[in-house]
Amino acid sequence: MLVIFVKSAVLLLVVVTTFAYAMLFERKILGWMQLRPGPNRVGPWGLLQPAADAAKLILKEDLTPKTADPLIYRLAPFISLLTAFAVYAVVPFGANGDGSPWAIGDVNAGILFLMAISSIGVYGISLGGWASGSKFPLLGAVRGTAQMISYELSMSLSFVGVLMLAGTTSLTGIVNAQERLWFLIPQALGFVIYVITAVAETNRTPFDLVEAETELVGGFHTEYSGLRFGSFFIAEYVNMLTVSCIATLLFLGGWNAPFGLTLVPGLAWFVLKVGAFMFFYMWLRATLPRFRYDRLMTFGWKVLLPLATLNLVATAAWVALH
Amino acid sequence: MRKQLFNVGAILQGLGITFKYMFAKRPTIEYPSIKKQHAPRFHGLHELRRYADGKERCIGCELCSSACPANAITVIGAENSPDARVSPGERRAASYEIDELRCIFCGLCEEACPTDAIVLTPRFEMADYRRGAFVYSKDRLLVPTDAGVGTPPDERPNGIPADLGRVAEVKSTTNVDRGYSATHRGEVLKTERKGLAG
Repeated sequence: MLVIFVKSAVLLLVVVTTFAYAMLFERKILGWMQLRPGPNRVGPWGLLQPAADAAKLILKEDLTPKTADPLIYRLAPFISLLTAFAVYAVVPFGANGDGSPWAIGDVNAGILFLMAISSIGVYGISLGGWASGSKFPLLGAVRGTAQMISYELSMSLSFVGVLMLAGTTSLTGIVNAQERLWFLIPQALGFVIYVITAVAETNRTPFDLVEAETELVGGFHTEYSGLRFGSFFIAEYVNMLTVSCIATLLFLGGWNAPFGLTLVPGLAWFVLKVGAFMFFYMWLRATLPRFRYDRLMTFGWKVLLPLATLNLVATAAWVALH
Repeated sequence: MRKQLFNVGAILQGLGITFKYMFAKRPTIEYPSIKKQHAPRFHGLHELRRYADGKERCIGCELCSSACPANAITVIGAENSPDARVSPGERRAASYEIDELRCIFCGLCEEACPTDAIVLTPRFEMADYRRGAFVYSKDRLLVPTDAGVGTPPDERPNGIPADLGRVAEVKSTTNVDRGYSATHRGEVLKTERKGLAG
């Protein structure tokens, strides 16, 4: 019991620190790609920027609009935050020599737990937007719900291909099944579908219609301020980290070293892969403009879903024949 | 279907461009710590010059004030008293005020001045929280007696004054090395103002 408590505390700290610096690096990378230096005023190379941001958010006034539903309005950010963190209960980061994973809980249906918990996250967005009692958040919430449902389907289907190849729903099992060949290669189409849907699921550019600063002010979090806004913000980045972890575990071989480079410890490989995936996210944000809403829906239902189904059928046929 | 599938090639090309620019040289000048090189004819804060013997060049003629399109300059002239001369001639400026908030830094005062007394320096950092602080009177406009005579407009130094800090190495649109005196306008001014040297 105590061990789990300590593990959770350590993991929480690690995830929150990762969030803080992911945010800094995102701003740095966006800056570089736009020929700017990025934040560099607080501390050397801007390294204390996250601390400054946190202090600012804590000191901001916590506003509640008159028309808001007070209870749900206050609850929503915590739903987002809680589900974002709860996922890490089952995410393994490495394995001991005897194959036992470095995770808080080694659940044998880990991937199902992941999907279940991360789907609850949309409640934070839709309830927050609805309870704000204001038009822009409501529009953001409606978009968020529709977008999540549309892309969750293709995302789940892209998981199934991996599950069939690995023959297990345990995240550790899936990683172990990739010892020889990463699922990136047999599931290339599934990987592409996953990457696209993951961007949509975390509501990031080019699928950031839920926030859409240019049209919806701030989308679902328009009315939020201070730490409640901060909670949504943390949740977004932690979700980004989560989908990067899932991509690493399911498609990039988890902590397995590529090309037999086993000298470097597994955890380092895991961090490297997750980091590369996070960078890809920021890179996308610096490159692509936002989708139009109808195109987003068309793309999700008419392109991604058929492709994901095709991938699923092909994988099933391959598994059945071998 | 084909219409729905957006051009993957274009996306990859876009990703390539952003990646390339990540390592490109950034044009940012981190201003408060590093300053941009200004053009030789840059118009900044005014300065009232002196003669080598310490006397003020300004003779209180108010030509600058009448030339000013923004009505920023207020001069009140007065007679020089023979025992305590402020300027070499008969008259002097009893009061000389420039409202830098009204000033449009056109340099017409400099052109109008018959004694090259009022000149525009390259100094540009004049920010203040108080409105009144932007009305510069003689005590702030005059070159301090121990700081020389001030620079005539056609011999303006290239570059930012030493006390303003680090200068970024940015290519200026004008030829900074040749300076104002090498331009045609500079040559004309030099011959026109020969009589005023010293």
